[in-house]
Amino acid sequence: MPVLEARHITKRFPGVVANEDVNLKLYPGEILALLGENGAGKSTLMNIVYGLYKPTEGEIVVRGRPVEMSNPNDAIRLGIGMVFQHFQLVPVMTVAENVMLGSETIKRGLLDTQQVAARIEELSQRYGLAVNPYAMVEDLPVGVRQRVEIVKTLYRNADILILDEPTAVLTPQEIDGLFDVMELLRSQGKSIIFITHKLKEVLRISDRIMVLRDGKVVGEADPKTATQSTLAAMMVGREVILTIDKDEAQPGPVILDMQEVSAQDDHGQPALRNVSLQVCAGEIVGVAGVQGNGQTELVEVLTGLRSHDSGRIAINGLDMTNASPRRVTQDGQSCHVPEDRHAYGMVDAYTVAHNLVLNTYFQPPFANGLTVNEQAIRRHAEDLVKRYDVRTPSVLVHAANLSGGNQQKMVVAREFSRPVKLLIAAQPTRGIDVGSIEFIHQQIVAKRDEGAAVLLVSAELDEIMALSDRIAVMYKGEIVDIVPRSQATREGLGLLMAGARSEEPAPVTGEAG
Amino acid sequence: MTKNGVLKNTQWIAAALAVAAVVMAVLVNTTALGEYTWLRVLFGVSALNFTLRASVPLVLGALCGILCERTGIINIGIEGMMLAGAFAAFVAKVATNSWPLLASLLFGVAIALAVGALMGLLHATLSIRYRMNQIISGTVIIILAAGTSAYLFDRNAVAQGKFGPVRIPLLADIPVIGEILFRNPPITYMALLLVVIVHVGLFYTRWGLRSRACGEHPRAADTVGINVNRYRYLNTMLGGALAGLAGGFLVLEAVGQFQEGMTAGRGFISLAAMIFGNWNPFGALAAATLFGYTQALQNELLLAGVTQAPRQFISMLPYVVTIVAVSGFVGRVRPPAAEGKVYETEGSSE
Repeated sequence: MPVLEARHITKRFPGVVANEDVNLKLYPGEILALLGENGAGKSTLMNIVYGLYKPTEGEIVVRGRPVEMSNPNDAIRLGIGMVFQHFQLVPVMTVAENVMLGSETIKRGLLDTQQVAARIEELSQRYGLAVNPYAMVEDLPVGVRQRVEIVKTLYRNADILILDEPTAVLTPQEIDGLFDVMELLRSQGKSIIFITHKLKEVLRISDRIMVLRDGKVVGEADPKTATQSTLAAMMVGREVILTIDKDEAQPGPVILDMQEVSAQDDHGQPALRNVSLQVCAGEIVGVAGVQGNGQTELVEVLTGLRSHDSGRIAINGLDMTNASPRRVTQDGQSCHVPEDRHAYGMVDAYTVAHNLVLNTYFQPPFANGLTVNEQAIRRHAEDLVKRYDVRTPSVLVHAANLSGGNQQKMVVAREFSRPVKLLIAAQPTRGIDVGSIEFIHQQIVAKRDEGAAVLLVSAELDEIMALSDRIAVMYKGEIVDIVPRSQATREGLGLLMAGARSEEPAPVTGEAG
Repeated sequence: MTKNGVLKNTQWIAAALAVAAVVMAVLVNTTALGEYTWLRVLFGVSALNFTLRASVPLVLGALCGILCERTGIINIGIEGMMLAGAFAAFVAKVATNSWPLLASLLFGVAIALAVGALMGLLHATLSIRYRMNQIISGTVIIILAAGTSAYLFDRNAVAQGKFGPVRIPLLADIPVIGEILFRNPPITYMALLLVVIVHVGLFYTRWGLRSRACGEHPRAADTVGINVNRYRYLNTMLGGALAGLAGGFLVLEAVGQFQEGMTAGRGFISLAAMIFGNWNPFGALAAATLFGYTQALQNELLLAGVTQAPRQFISMLPYVVTIVAVSGFVGRVRPPAAEGKVYETEGSSE
C-alpha cells in the first residue's frame, strides 16, 4: 500500500494551471524522484501535499485514508515533513529553537530547551546529521542549515520526507553527504520525495522517477534503464542536446591579461595568490575548482567589484588595475554574468525592461539628458526578450516574478547583447533548468565564435569540460595548472582541484572539502 | 541573547553606570556629600524618584513597541494609544467618582487597558487586513487619539483621587534605595514587573518563540503550522493594552487629571527607548531610565537654579539626549527582520 498518494490533483491559480490531473504514489522505504523543469509544477504539488495550498480538485491519501489538510499542522500530524529549497529557518535563533518552533516541548510553562537539544543530538547521531543544537543558525554554512531542516522534520516524527531541490545550493561534497543521509533514512523505512531537475543526481539516488512537465505527469522512468538524454527529453518535451557542438577555437590576440594578482577575501584572508592568466579572443578558458578556492574573488577582482593588493590587470590592452566596474564594462568592453544573480545580476523589484538596461540606461537612446526614454527601453526589452527566449508575460512585470531560468536568461540577454571583447561568466547555469542551460551554453559558444574572449567559472566540472578550450584549475587562491581541453581528463582535473601539481606525484587524499 | 560584541559591552557599561548611580545615591543621601548642591541635583532622592516616575510611561510604551515589532508590526502609534488610554482612564474615573476610590481607580485601569487594546486592534486590522502601510496606520492612530480626546474632553470634569504610594514591608525601610524603589504607587511596580514578564515571555515561552519567529521569518513560522497573523493581532492588542496602561498611569497615578495632548511625545520617546534597548525589555528599561533621568535632571536643574543657562536649553535636555542616543546607536542595533511586511499565505511565493 502506498504511504502517500495524490489522486487527480489539479491546482489553478488565477490565470495559470499549476497542476493538472496529477497522480502520484509513494511507497514505504523508497526514494521517488520528482523531475521537472522550473515551473513544471513540482513545488506546487508538494505545497499541496504539505498543506500550504489547497488543491482545486483531487485528493491526498495518506496510508490509505483520504485526508483534508488546511495547513501544515495537518501534514505534520500525518507524518509529512518538508525541506524547502529556500530554508525556512530563523537566522537569529538557535538550532534548538528552530527545530522546536511550532512543536515546542514545555516544562512548567517554559520551553524545555535541554530536552529538545538532547532529542536533536539523538537524531543527529542516528541519521548522521551532525548539528550543534545551541549554534545560531545565521553562523552555520548552507550545508549544515540543510541538516537542521532535515532534523526539523525528523523531530516531528516525519516518515514521509519531501526534499525540494535540496542539492541546488550544495557543493559536490555536500551532495555526497546528503545522499548518504538519504540512503540511511531510506534504510530505516522513511519514504522520500526528491524534487530536482538535475538528471545525474536522479539516476544516482532514486528508486523511481516521475517526470512532470507543464503541470502534468508525462511519465515514469526506471533509473536502471533511463539515461540522461531520455530523461531530458521527457522533461523538456523535445530532444535536448546535452553535449555541445563547437568547432576548434581560433585564438586571436590576448584580451585579458592578469599578472601576479593577489587579493583578500571579505575577512581579510588572502584569497588570490599571484594569479596570472591570459585569455585570448575567440577562446573559452574555464576555471575549475572546488567552491571557495578563490574563484569568487577572481571574478570580483576582474570586474572591479573587489580591489586587489598587487599585480596588474589589462583588458584589451588598457590598464584595468583596480578600475571601477563601469570602466571595466565601458572601456574594457567586457560583460559579466555574476555568480549570484539576485545580489549582483538583477534588481528583483525592477521590471524586466529596466533590468535589461541596468548597464546602459545612461547612454542614448535610453537616456535623454536628465530623463530616460521609457519607450526606447521598452522596445529594446521586447527585442531582447524575443531573441533570448526570456519567458515573461510582458517586459513590464517585475523580474522577481520570473522563474530562475528566465531571470538568468534575462541577465544573459543584457550582458551578451552588447558588443564585447571579454565575457566573464560565473556559474552561469547554477540552479536553472535544462532548457535554459542548453540555451545559455549555446550563447556562450556563439560569443566565442564572434571573437570574444570568454572566462567561464563554474563549480560543475561537466560544464567546464563541455565548454572550455583551456582549463585553469584553482586551489587555495592559486592557479595550480592550465591544461588544454584535449589533454584534460576528469581524474586529472580532480587531482588538480585537490591541490596536486601536475609535475609532482599526486597525493591521493586532498584537502578538498 | 545578543552575540554582538558592541551590545555586550553596552550591557556591561549600563550595569556599571547603574551600580555607580546607586553608590552615589546612597553616599549623597546619607553622608556629608549631600551638602554639595550639584551632587544633590544629580543624585538626590528627589531626582531619582522623579526618574522612576518619568520612566514608567516610557517603559510601558517601549514594551508596547517591543511586543508589536517583535511579531513584525511596526508601531509608531504608541503615542496615540497612550493618549487614548489616558483619556479613557480619565472618563472612567470621572464616571465612577461616586464609587469607593480603589474600585474607581481599578476600573479606570481596566478601561485604559481595554481602550489601548482596541487601538491595537485597529492598528492590526489596518495593517494586516487592509494592508495599509504601517507607518501611515500608526500616524492615523496618533491623529485619531489626539483629535477625538480633544473633541470629547469636558474641561469641567474633575477626577477625584489618584493612586497613592504603597510601602513594601521591610524593603521600604532600606535607606535611600527603599525610599526610591519601594514606596511607589501600584502601576509603577506593575511596569517594573512587566519588564520581567515580557522578557521571560518573549525568550522562554512557546508564545514568545512563536511571536519572534513571526517577526523574523513569518514564512518559516507558517511552514511549521503557526498562524502568523493571529500572533500579530494578539500581540499588537497586548502591546496596545500596555500603551493604554501608560496613559492610565499618567491620569490615575501621576497627574490625577487629563489634559489635552498630555502624553507630550512620551510615545515617541518610548519608541526611541525600544530602539536604544535593541528591542529587548531590559534594554528598554535601561534606555527609559536614562531618558527619565534626563527629565528629572531638567526638573532639578530648574528648581535648584544652579546654572545660568537659559531654561529653554535645559528643557531641551531630554530630547537632545534621546536624539544623540538613538542616532549613535542606529546601525548597531538590529530590528526584527520581517517588521512592517504584510504576510500573505497562499500563492504569495511559488
